[in-house]
Formats: sequence, structure tokens, C-alpha cells
Amino acid sequence: MWNYEKRLEYPVNIKQTDPKMAQYIMSQYGGPDGEINASLRYLSQRYSIPYREVANVLTDIGTEEIAHFEMVATIVHQLTRNLTPEEIKASGFGPYYIDHTLAVWPQAAGGVPQNACEFQSKGDPITDLTENLAAEQKARTTYDNILRVAKDPDVIDPIRFLRAREIVHFQRFGEALRMVQEHLDSNNFYYCNPVIDKNCGCK
Amino acid sequence: MMNTPMNKSQLLTWLDQVSFVAYDTALYLDTHPYDEEALSYYKHFQGLRKKAMKMYEEQYGPLTLDGVDCDGNWSWASAPNPWEGGCK
Repeated sequence: MWNYEKRLEYPVNIKQTDPKMAQYIMSQYGGPDGEINASLRYLSQRYSIPYREVANVLTDIGTEEIAHFEMVATIVHQLTRNLTPEEIKASGFGPYYIDHTLAVWPQAAGGVPQNACEFQSKGDPITDLTENLAAEQKARTTYDNILRVAKDPDVIDPIRFLRAREIVHFQRFGEALRMVQEHLDSNNFYYCNPVIDKNCGCK
Repeated sequence: MMNTPMNKSQLLTWLDQVSFVAYDTALYLDTHPYDEEALSYYKHFQGLRKKAMKMYEEQYGPLTLDGVDCDGNWSWASAPNPWEGGCK
């Protein structure tokens, strides 16, 4: 069961609109390495993880990703609110505006809709946690790309926070992978699925 | 029900029930914010939910991170997950 807290994990207060930047940052809302795919990935994977302490890492990080989903949406909203038709046409935001007006909708920077095919829930703890390590790095790279083109300190500050969280999550997933490996035969961690293969090296 | 001793399964059922009533009343109040009867109904079940949460956490471990008791070990990691089906 979840409860909503009426606050952001980290504050977002953008005073200057910038539809171009909104279109870039929107990718972390609904793009391939975006926050909702991160949350869906971890919260879906946790059911088939047989180690309670590892499932707990997935619950907690999957929950934080929803808070990041809300922060990214807030950034996109504040960058686009009250835009005039002239500003929309001049910025190249027109195609998005025609389909969604100034609503927030999960798509990649290039317009591809949010898609669950961008992540896996594979039912093998080693496979899933290895995917999660890559996912955190991919999101970190995306935030680095955003930081290369962002100029407004009001935008840069919360993006830096989100980037830092990717690094913390990468660290925790590395530790979670090690916790899984501690249940297995140290001579060969990778030749079986510890969930279903009997006597595959589980201690 | 609150005044009779409850085992873990009974207490969880009670918490589920008062939580659902509180939440469903909140949903009603979102669109009827001046309904005084609903306001006092929500207040009543809000109190029952707080008490039930506290009672459950004191006896059976944390329901949320706010309810973690840090004396001893990190009970959040060892508490059963709801999909295990072992809570009842």
C-alpha cells in the first residue's frame, strides 16, 4: 500500500519558461531511461526475488523513483506553463503542443511514447540486478547530457540532485547483487537461475 | 473490536478495514469538502487508523519507514513483504 506526501523529494522552483529544455528533460519522465520505467522495473522485479532484504532494496528504490517521476514532471510543467502560441511556434514545441496542449505526458525527447519494452523483469535475481546497474548508469548519462545543455541554475540544481541519486542507487544495487551472490556457489555465480534451478550452487 | 485483544491476523484485518474507510471517505471529501458529517466520520476513522498502525508496529514490526524502531537491528529489511502471503 502506498501513501502520498504532498511535497517534492527535492524542491523545484523554476521562474523562467523554456519549452526547448522541457522537451529534452521530458525524456526522464517517459523516455527509455526515464523515472517511470525505472520505478516499473524495480517494483515489478521484486516479487520473484527470493531474498527479502534484496526485495526491500527494490521496494525502496522503486518508491523513490516515483518521487523522481514527480520532480521531472514538475520541471517540465514549470518550464512550459503559460506559454504563448508565438513562444510555442518559435521553440519547436508545436508538435507536442498540438497533441497534449501544456499537459505532461510520458514520452522520450524524440517523441517516442513511454514503452515497457525499454526495461526487463526477468525472474532471475542476477539478471535483474545486472540490468538495474546498467539502468542507473543510463539515467546518469541522460542527466549528464541534460546538464551539458542546461543554463538556468533553477533547472540545473534539481537535475544535479537527480543525477546524484542515480549514483547512490547504482551503489546500492551493486551491494544487493553481492548479497545475492553470497547465497550462491562462489566458484560460479552465473550459470543458473537461483529462483528455479535446484542445486545450482545455492548454499 | 479495538478493545478486545487481537492476534496478528485480526489486527491486520482491522487495520485494513479502518484504513479503507478513512481512504474512501477522503475520496468522498475531495469532491464534498464541506460535508460536516463526512468530516467527523473521517476524523473518527483517522484516529482509529493511527491507533491501529501504532499497535501493529509495536507488536509485529514496521509498516512504513516512519514506524521503524532502530533499537537492535534494521527491522525494515527483515519484515515480511505483503506479497509473501505470510502476514495472516
